[in-house]
Amino acid sequence: MIEHLLSMDQLSREDITEILDTAESLRQMTDRPIKKLPTLRGRTVCNLFYEASTRTRISFELAAKRLSADVINFSADSKSSVSKGESLKDTAWTLEAMGVDAIVVRHGSSGAPHQLAGWVKAKVINAGDGAHEHPTQALLDLFSIREHFKDLSGLKVAIVGDILHSRVARSNVKGLVTMGADVILVGPPTLIPKQAEGWGAKLVYDLDSVIEDVDVCYLLRVQRERLSEQLFPSLREYSAMWGLDKRRMDRMKDDALVMHPGPMNRGVEIAADVSESSRSIILDQVSNGLAVRMSLLYLMLGGRDEIEEAS
Amino acid sequence: MAGSAPARSDFVLKARVMEPDDVKRALTRVAHEIVERNKGTDDLVIVGIRTRGAPLADRIAAEIASFEGVDLPSGALDVTLYRDDVALKGPRSLEATTVPADLDGRVVVLVDDVLFTGRTIRAAFDAVLDMGRPRAIRLAVLVDRGHRELPIRADHVGKNLPTSAEEIVQVLVAEIDGEDAVLIGKKR
Repeated sequence: MIEHLLSMDQLSREDITEILDTAESLRQMTDRPIKKLPTLRGRTVCNLFYEASTRTRISFELAAKRLSADVINFSADSKSSVSKGESLKDTAWTLEAMGVDAIVVRHGSSGAPHQLAGWVKAKVINAGDGAHEHPTQALLDLFSIREHFKDLSGLKVAIVGDILHSRVARSNVKGLVTMGADVILVGPPTLIPKQAEGWGAKLVYDLDSVIEDVDVCYLLRVQRERLSEQLFPSLREYSAMWGLDKRRMDRMKDDALVMHPGPMNRGVEIAADVSESSRSIILDQVSNGLAVRMSLLYLMLGGRDEIEEAS
Repeated sequence: MAGSAPARSDFVLKARVMEPDDVKRALTRVAHEIVERNKGTDDLVIVGIRTRGAPLADRIAAEIASFEGVDLPSGALDVTLYRDDVALKGPRSLEATTVPADLDGRVVVLVDDVLFTGRTIRAAFDAVLDMGRPRAIRLAVLVDRGHRELPIRADHVGKNLPTSAEEIVQVLVAEIDGEDAVLIGKKR
C-alpha cells in the first residue's frame, strides 16, 4: 500500500479496487450493534484542519475511532497556536514529537500535504488541499457509483459546475479515468480550465446536450465568492444553464444517478426536490465515506513500515 | 488459518497424513460429537473461521442436517481485524463475515482447519463476543498440531497430529484447493 495518500495519481486500478473491496467488508461491520473494531489499538491519528469542514473531519474522526485508534482534532482557529503565527512546519514537528502515526490534513494551499509528508515520519492523508485534490472524496464517490453499477468501466459520468476551482473534480476525474469511465466536464467556459483536455475528459459547455446520455450527473457546489470575480453573470443564470432541476432530471436515463459532494446550495446547482429524489445518492455518499476512510486507515496504518511480509 | 498455511510455493512435502476419506470420516465423527455434547441440536450455530474453516463448517452443518434432519444456522467469520499481529504482519485483505444475526443465548461452535498457537481462536472469541452473548463457545478443528501459545483447547478434534514447531501443516479442502487432504512438510 502507498506511504502517503496525496493525490489520486498515486493509485492504480488495482489499488483503488483493493481500497473499495476492503471498504465493502468494513461496512458490514458497521451494521452490527458493537461497531468498534480493535484493529488500530495504540495508533494515533491527528486531524489537522486549516479550513472549515463538517463531513470530512467528522467522517475521519469516526473512522479512526471505529478502528480503536486515538484521535486528536486540531483546527487552525483562534484557540490554537496557529493564531500566534506557528507555521505548518512547526506544527508538523510538534505532532511528530508527540508520536502521531497519521496526519489527516486539509489546507487552503495546494501542495501543503505534499510538503508535510516530507517533514514527518507519520503517514499523511490529503483531506483537501486548495484547488488541487481531495482523494478520499473521489474514493467514496467511486465506491458509491460502483455500488449501483458494479463495474465502473464504460460508464458516462458528467461532472457539472466550477471545474476550475474544484479539488473534488480533479480527484474524481483522475479516479474515474483510472477505472475506465468516460468523464464529461460540463460548465461555463470561464470555469473549465484549458488544460482539462489533457485529463482524459471531454469538455462540454451545454448540460442539455449530454443530460440524456449520462449514467451519473455529479454536481459541484457553486462557490458564491466566485460571483464577485464575474466568472458567471448571476446565480439565476447559472441555475438556468447548469443547475439540475426536476425538468432536466426527468430527461435522464431511468437508472441514472445524481451525486453531490456537499454542502449543497439548494436552488442553485441542485433543486431541492432533485436532491431528495430517488435518483439522489447524496446521503449514501456520506455514509460510504466512513467505510472508505476506515479502509484507508486500515490499509495504511495496519502494519509496521519496516516489515513487508506476506502472510 | 492458525498460522499454518504459507504460500504453497515454498512448501516441501514430507507426508500426506490424511486422505479424502480420512477427512470425511473425521468430519462425520466431529459432527456426531457436537450433537452428542450438546445433547441435541438446540441453540447450535456452526461458524467457520475463514479461510478454510468456512467450508469445513458448511460440511459439518450439512452432515448434522443429514442425520438429525435439522438445518442449523451456519456462517463464516473473518477474524483479520481482531488479530494481535496486524501491526507485525501488516494488513491482509478482508473477506465477508456472514454470521446469523442473533448469537445471544446460542451455542456457537467455531470450526477451523488447524489448531496451532491458539491466537486465531483468541481473535475469534473477541469477534464473536462483539456480535452477541452466546451461552457457550465451543471449538472443533480438523487437526490439532500442538504448540499452543495461549491456554486454549479444542472440544472436538478430527486428528491429533504431533509435530515439531518447524514443520508446516497444510490442510487442503476441495472447495478451495480442489481436493481434501492434510499434508505435513517443511519450509523450503
